[in-house]
Amino acid sequence: MIDFEFSEEQIMIQQAARDYAQRELIKDVIERDEKAEFPTEHIKNLAELGFLGMLVDEKWDGGGMDTVSYVLAIEEISKIDASVSVIMSVNNSLVCYGLEKYGNDEQREKYLKPLARGEKIGAFLLSEPEAGSDATKQRTIAEDKGDYYLVNGTKNWITNGNSASTYIVIAHTHPEKGHRGINAFIVEKNSPGISIGPHEKKMGMRSSDTHSVMFTDVKVPKENRIGEDGFGFKFAMKTLEGGRIGIASQALGIASGAFERALQYSQERKAFGTEIFNHQSIAFKLSDMAVKIENARNLCVKAAWLKDQGKPYGTASAMAKQYAADIAMEVTTEAVQILGGYGYVSEYHVERLMREAKLTQIYEGTSEVQKIIISRSLLK
Amino acid sequence: MKILVCISNLPDTTTKIKLNSDSKSVDLSGVQWVINPWDELALTRAMELKEKSGGKIEKITVITVGDKIAEPTLRKALAVGADNAVRIDAIASDDYYVAAQIAEYVKKESFDLVMAGIESSDYNGSAVGGMLAEFLEFPSISSVSSVELEGDNFVMKRAIDGGTETVTTSLPAVAIVQKGIAIDPRIPAMRGIMMARKKPLTVEAPADIQAVSEFVNFEMPQPKPPVKMVDAENVGELFRLLHEEAKVL
Repeated sequence: MIDFEFSEEQIMIQQAARDYAQRELIKDVIERDEKAEFPTEHIKNLAELGFLGMLVDEKWDGGGMDTVSYVLAIEEISKIDASVSVIMSVNNSLVCYGLEKYGNDEQREKYLKPLARGEKIGAFLLSEPEAGSDATKQRTIAEDKGDYYLVNGTKNWITNGNSASTYIVIAHTHPEKGHRGINAFIVEKNSPGISIGPHEKKMGMRSSDTHSVMFTDVKVPKENRIGEDGFGFKFAMKTLEGGRIGIASQALGIASGAFERALQYSQERKAFGTEIFNHQSIAFKLSDMAVKIENARNLCVKAAWLKDQGKPYGTASAMAKQYAADIAMEVTTEAVQILGGYGYVSEYHVERLMREAKLTQIYEGTSEVQKIIISRSLLK
Repeated sequence: MKILVCISNLPDTTTKIKLNSDSKSVDLSGVQWVINPWDELALTRAMELKEKSGGKIEKITVITVGDKIAEPTLRKALAVGADNAVRIDAIASDDYYVAAQIAEYVKKESFDLVMAGIESSDYNGSAVGGMLAEFLEFPSISSVSSVELEGDNFVMKRAIDGGTETVTTSLPAVAIVQKGIAIDPRIPAMRGIMMARKKPLTVEAPADIQAVSEFVNFEMPQPKPPVKMVDAENVGELFRLLHEEAKVL
């Protein structure tokens, strides 16, 4: 059976996210982007509304919502502010999901609950100066010292790097074993030996705080390892499968936010005696944009639905992410074009959305990495 | 104490209104339904009062007169925090009908305060609150912009010409609320959305009441004439247009 209707509850969540974005985030999004200022107050409000842990089961203080609702919520937030939605996405689909799915009850009790309530924020530390797409080339080492691990190394481009209290760190425990020698650890940010690099100056998503994080002889208790010894690579790959749905939805929201602005502008702005929408060159652009957004939304919702059904969704989420990110870049570029001079100044939002779109093709697996995942699935 | 908040289910305020070919009704296909913004503010204020009443206000009920289409709107009110919802299963034909139906329900239950938005943003009748009070023989306070619970009574403020009036009344009473009653409508939290699943939404059969009016015809407003741009250098032309065309000078 195919049912393209969203449930009443899913629509309610979509509206709640839309209301918050259109009413609150819009007020200071341009200023925060200019100042590269972390949205502390908004994150607190969104935590109170339950958005930071919306996918986590009620048992662990989460919202108990399904992934389809999550897609709709992230899309609405991203229409206005992708810096906020990335904080939400990392916390929900990388950190909380990883702990809920693969952590043990003690770890869930201690670390997942405050993250699900949004009282604390999490970060996922995988990327390194020389290991991004090729995640097996981790240089961060966690040396087994008996009752603790000693962690040394550097992680780069970490979203929530400074604002997070709880890190999930991917590190090699046995480099000679390749990807089987990788483990994932829960590390508290205030552990001695952790130092945080300066806030990266970025092209877009400037109000999310991106930092490098350095580990020098950081002691991590044995009980903070997630899963069996050597589970880390699988943990990272499985967690990223879900993370891709969040970023795909973010790209979708960036695209649809820019589209909505371009559509509205095209009905107000006149040139050659008529609203520019009445010029085929503009109407056809908007038509192409609408089709791409519809496709992206369908891919996102399909991946989310598969995940909610407990079916494999790795390929579907890769398709969603690659497609949504690529069309976000195309749609936002066209939106800037439709708005012309207005599109190029910050007041009209679309230039910022275009800058934000670029990152969705890069982080949590570049579009090229998604194509590797998709193409490999074709031969199975 | 118990508060009843009257809710109108109506098209989202940004809906582009289209008339059916008979011009007696509005084409409601594809409409997104929302809580009337005034009623949403009333509910928000009711929630605020309950939360700081230290248990004195024990229950907030929301009620609407409408068919099944209105249920998502009622469930949103439950997600925002109302304790139970009631739907009188009938089409809201006119103000008289709606007020009379709600009055019948209020007579069966007991409420200390009934709150109604000053008007609904679809038909802008501004009549249900006042009529409801008359049917019930409750005192009613109109244009209320602030409600506080003080002791066992509600103290209300009304904006009047050049100042503010503070009023109390015997209970039960009807408060017809307007701008200022709450700052922003509440956004339902995940927890509220989840709890709304378990809260009661009861459907009541309508009382035997007839509407007293019917729609004869709707007309769309004339489209606004195009804006004329006048160059900043050409003040004389601006005055000429204001005088001869706009006729405001």
